[in-house]
Amino acid sequence: MFAYIVRRLLYAPLILIGVNLLTFALFFVVNTPDDMARMQLGAKRVTPEAIERWKVERGYDKPLLFNAGAEGAETLTRTIFFEKSLRMFVFDFGRADDGRDIASEIQSRMGPSLAIALPSFVLGLLVTVSFALLLVFFRASYLDFAGVVLCVAMMSISGLFYIIGGQWLVSKIWHLVPISGYGGGLDASRFLVLPVVIGVIAGIGGSARWYRTIFLEEAGRDYVRTARAKGLSELQALFRHVLKNAMIPILTGVVVVIPSLFMGSLITESFFGIPGLGSYTIDAINAQDFPVVRAMVFIGSLLYIVGLILTDLSYTLVDPRVRLE
Amino acid sequence: MTGIQPLVLWTDLLLFGLLACTLLAGWSVRRSEPMRAAWRRVGESSVGMTSLTILMFFLLVGLMDSLHYRERLAPAGGEQLAADDRRQLSTEVRSALDALAAPLRTRVEKTYSAPLAYQLFARQTVEGPDGSQKREFPRLKHGGADLKYPEHELDGDIVGRIGMGLAVAAVAWIVFAAVLVKVVAMSRRVPAGAAWRAIWRGKGGPAWRAVLATLGVMLLLIGPLAALATEYHVFGTDKVGQDVLFLTLKSIRTALVIGTLTTLVTLPLAVALGIMAGYLGGWVDDVIQYIYTVLNSIPGVLLIAAAVLMMQVVIDTHPEWFETAAERADARLLALCLILGMTSWTGLCRLLRGETLKLRELEYVQAARAFGVSTTRILARHVLPNLMHLVLIALVMDFSGLVLAEAVLSYVGIGVDPGTVSFGTMINAARMELAREPMVWWSLVAAFIFMFVLVLAANLFADVVRDAFDPRAS
Repeated sequence: MFAYIVRRLLYAPLILIGVNLLTFALFFVVNTPDDMARMQLGAKRVTPEAIERWKVERGYDKPLLFNAGAEGAETLTRTIFFEKSLRMFVFDFGRADDGRDIASEIQSRMGPSLAIALPSFVLGLLVTVSFALLLVFFRASYLDFAGVVLCVAMMSISGLFYIIGGQWLVSKIWHLVPISGYGGGLDASRFLVLPVVIGVIAGIGGSARWYRTIFLEEAGRDYVRTARAKGLSELQALFRHVLKNAMIPILTGVVVVIPSLFMGSLITESFFGIPGLGSYTIDAINAQDFPVVRAMVFIGSLLYIVGLILTDLSYTLVDPRVRLE
Repeated sequence: MTGIQPLVLWTDLLLFGLLACTLLAGWSVRRSEPMRAAWRRVGESSVGMTSLTILMFFLLVGLMDSLHYRERLAPAGGEQLAADDRRQLSTEVRSALDALAAPLRTRVEKTYSAPLAYQLFARQTVEGPDGSQKREFPRLKHGGADLKYPEHELDGDIVGRIGMGLAVAAVAWIVFAAVLVKVVAMSRRVPAGAAWRAIWRGKGGPAWRAVLATLGVMLLLIGPLAALATEYHVFGTDKVGQDVLFLTLKSIRTALVIGTLTTLVTLPLAVALGIMAGYLGGWVDDVIQYIYTVLNSIPGVLLIAAAVLMMQVVIDTHPEWFETAAERADARLLALCLILGMTSWTGLCRLLRGETLKLRELEYVQAARAFGVSTTRILARHVLPNLMHLVLIALVMDFSGLVLAEAVLSYVGIGVDPGTVSFGTMINAARMELAREPMVWWSLVAAFIFMFVLVLAANLFADVVRDAFDPRAS
């Protein structure tokens, strides 16, 4: 098992290098820095000098991969690839277009993102799993049927609708919580209730149906029938046997997203005006701030890979048969 | 001299090409008994036929909106026709739907007006005949313009039009039902009365009753809507006075294009790489797994954002590639489909790889290998056909997700061209107006309702297809 984990850990940098190469190709090879400069400067001020100045300011005035003009190791280090892409491995993301340091910005924005994403995730998991168990408890009845219909209908509604509708109803008509904004400390809870609740509701449809299929498959197995035959009540059978054994497929989908919670949600944060990483990303996309987008791609993949490793580890915890060969 | 010049946009070509391929594929598998049995199960399901009827309506609207042309401008002041005929073409690209719904397209108001209104939504300063100025709600240029005393006549006129629409809808429904009964009667060689009773009781063959019921409900909605639309803006108008009903109809095509054309990229990549990884194993498997793990590990929205931003730079720096704005918007739409496809093939690929791993150990595949059948032949004859149900299920399931994704991406600003009408751009434009008091809600509601119906129908249809084709389900 130890060897397996070491192998996975070694695989992770390999994936990150792949991500890095891909983003490098997307951001610097498909479009040269000249193209980007021309677009950012706008049609009016495009003179060769302006483009050159733009590139020098941002450090794009070097060769992409190989600097023939430099000497020694500098032929490789004084290049865009080294300075802009490889530096990300030591969390040096450089500066955004507005001159701020990206790494410190990310640090200060992680908190608000997590404040929304974590409660939404935990509550959402609890609600959907309980709802799915409820449907399985009443399986093959009208209640089950109605529940499935509700799930399909709910997953057919655009996520934007939940947010816009929720803001309109709760904040504008009922005046219960502020429409958007964020505050420090305990004051934040006022702003967090609505996005969290909406996040949970928006996720119910798809996930509850998915969990229901998993539970149903498990509930039809022989060992569950045996459990019922030896006198366990349906509830006991569901919680003690079905839920426990359905853990593996659930963990596959759930553990992998836990680290990514740091990234926050683009849409939610931008609608509710929460200064997290999601709104940071969306602002960067709208302002075409390429260094920030690049940094977020890198961090996002890093967190995803951590999630993959955690998933593997969690298997060993819930299922003693899995020995990770 | 006026005339039209057909114009085939890339997405039109691919959309009709895809349709032709689907029909061809359907034709070529008609002799395969398992496939026919599965489709028969789809046909017998009322839910399946209901959702299919709704999807067909959307498809019809979308396809009509995909027949593009450019109008030839009349030469001004007896000017000689230039030798270069292209110069005489209007830069505006129209579609068959535009021509059909011309009244909706051309009756543009000044700004917002509520559904079925005869006045603008906001007060404006109006100059009276004697030069005095008043603040009032001006009458609309087109909505309810025929009414002389709208305060008193409006309700009566609306009710009258709804009644007329219902009557027309009823007639249309009866005609359709009669044709259907006749066709069923002829195909089963029974009298029309018996065929009608069989359909009514839902006995035998496809669930025609569900089709008739769905069609009835749809006609009952469409009839009055169409009757009202000839005089009013049924769903109101947006900020620049465009009819919201027209915009929603135009959005359908964008949604369909994104939902279907994306598969053009997904399918070949996922099928080819998935089968190769699963069957060949070894270093091929390692490389393919590496590629999709890398793509998978980048958060989807960010990868799409990065790719779209880059594509935008390419399009912006090469304005000479596109003759009209519509062609540029079309290129961007197609590029978005490609990008969505590049980022979404990994799931299907992993699924197919796993399934191929199982298939290659089966006796008949091993027997084929023992006989010395070539690898390509084994893959084409023995492996691929046994994966087709998974591919089909995945495609149908993906559709609704893509339609929903378009709205979100357009909101983030990495979706379709701002000039392309889509559910996403409609929602995005309407979002700004929610803060207004009183609220401008109609374009938002119209977009959400149409999107909901489309996605719900697609989801239900996908469920039926999955149940019919998945051998594990039964």
